[in-house]
Amino acid sequence: MSSPVPVKAPAGRKLRRSTDTQSFISSLPWIGPALLLILAIVVFPAGYMIYNSTRKISSVGTDLHSAGLANFSTIFADPALPRILANTFFWVVSVVLITVVISLALAQFLSKPFPGRTIVRMAVIVPWAASVVMTTTVFYYGLDPNYGIFNHFFVQIGFMDEGFGWTKNAIPAMAVSVVVAIFVSIPFTTYTLLAGLQAVPGDTLEAARMDGAGRWKTYLFVVLPQLRSALAVAVLINIINVFNNLPILKVMTGSIPGNSADTLMTYIFKVLQFDRRLDLSSALSVVNFAIVLVIVAIYVKTVKPMQEV
Amino acid sequence: MAFLDTEDRASRKTVIGRMIIGLVVVIVFLIPYGTMMIGSLKTQAEILQIPPSFMPQDGLQWSNYVSMWDTPETPVPYNLISTIVISVFATLLVLLVATPAAYFTARFKFPGKMVFMFLVIVTQMLQPAVLTAGLFKQMLAWDLNDTWLAMILINAAFNLAFAVWIMHSFFAGVPRSIDEAAQIDGAGKLRVLFTINLPLVWPGIVTAVIFTFVSCWNEFAASLVILSTAENQPLSVALTKFVGQYATAWQYVFGVSIVAIVPVIVLFALIEKRLIGGLAAGAVK
Repeated sequence: MSSPVPVKAPAGRKLRRSTDTQSFISSLPWIGPALLLILAIVVFPAGYMIYNSTRKISSVGTDLHSAGLANFSTIFADPALPRILANTFFWVVSVVLITVVISLALAQFLSKPFPGRTIVRMAVIVPWAASVVMTTTVFYYGLDPNYGIFNHFFVQIGFMDEGFGWTKNAIPAMAVSVVVAIFVSIPFTTYTLLAGLQAVPGDTLEAARMDGAGRWKTYLFVVLPQLRSALAVAVLINIINVFNNLPILKVMTGSIPGNSADTLMTYIFKVLQFDRRLDLSSALSVVNFAIVLVIVAIYVKTVKPMQEV
Repeated sequence: MAFLDTEDRASRKTVIGRMIIGLVVVIVFLIPYGTMMIGSLKTQAEILQIPPSFMPQDGLQWSNYVSMWDTPETPVPYNLISTIVISVFATLLVLLVATPAAYFTARFKFPGKMVFMFLVIVTQMLQPAVLTAGLFKQMLAWDLNDTWLAMILINAAFNLAFAVWIMHSFFAGVPRSIDEAAQIDGAGKLRVLFTINLPLVWPGIVTAVIFTFVSCWNEFAASLVILSTAENQPLSVALTKFVGQYATAWQYVFGVSIVAIVPVIVLFALIEKRLIGGLAAGAVK
């Protein structure tokens, strides 16, 4: 909460600061529209979704009657749920972990001077700007067992004897989806770490070098600790993005029947779109939302974005 | 491998090594898009041929870029118009709503400021996918389901936070004394914003506009559920209809993808340098 009284301003600045304090009413023309948009399209649907999770809703979206917590007992009793949660866990952990490791190396590399570095940096942002759906469709096409160009390449270089149906069964389809997710997550992560690296002062490195620290030692004990806050941003935002990712699995595993390749997010959309169960989908979304809020809370606590306000 | 060099004293061998690694990185990151480009120039028979050929054998089918606008799977021209309308209006709405909020929060204190900024940060971490179930029912109730307006509002609301955040940091970088000098001369807040601040913070505004636009352009989850009429759907949703068909017209999927991707890559490249600054503050996701 903010108070209109400035906290511990130096005596000389007090007078000027006090003129900067505005009443809530006079702030409304400035922040009001933004506040209204957030309240109407973010806060309201969140509350409405929680309310809907306790209702019985028809397939065309008509609210029929109260359901208490019946929707929650239905979703928790669903025999598909344990597999879906295990998939979600595997999905988030593997993608985020591998993405961060690769991005650490890539950021280190891109911070070095060499001719053509700008071109390399530009190439790295391409998957960030491009639509994830469109990037994923190329992988889906390339991994087709018969006409897929990537499969063909693997056969040509002798890596495989014949084309393999990567996207036809749950486990290989999840595995290649992880690869795609890593591919599209690397740009953001690398750039975040690159921003963190720019803040590492050159003379600390020099000092470590003088003290006779080897390169790996310098990296582990000097550079990595300084990257801590950039790493926290990269890891937490990646966790949220990967956890809530729909397009990659929708394209790669969407044609696999059943729920063996579903994460919580893809399952929510199947229940919403194919089963037309708005009530169950809301209950699942509430569970998903609660997990997201926990991650947001960790973000606010560790990254401390409010300090800069 | 050479790393952690503190200054530019890398040997010639090291520099050449870096350039080779750099080339490998470029190839890896561009392979999917190169595949897309080449695929968009093949005939339907060629792209479904077993075994496939890497390069088009029957000449480059530039005609795909003409015929792809008329396919039975989805009305591509309408999808492109939807994508443009939703992205442009959502971005304008963000600009209109976020600029005054960013300026005011960077300059003044007011009761509730912390609550407002906290809401902004939480919104920044959320995506439409998280609340799609709620948004879908809400748009049904408001009679906005399957309309552009619904997606304009949703895209604007979820991208607003980033824009406020990044513009806030740019406004905060403008010395307050400049504002005060203008105020002493009798200029109102609005005039101070337009004549003094905007010319100084335009790089922040351009960054916010481009990032918002690209993010709206690529939105998928909420559009998938809320826009049910084929003509209303953006390209990201429309293209998934080709996937999983018996004989997918991949050359059209890739042709449309190239048309959709190239402009946003160019826009993104323009703000590449400034993204690093925003990322350091945790403002970009």
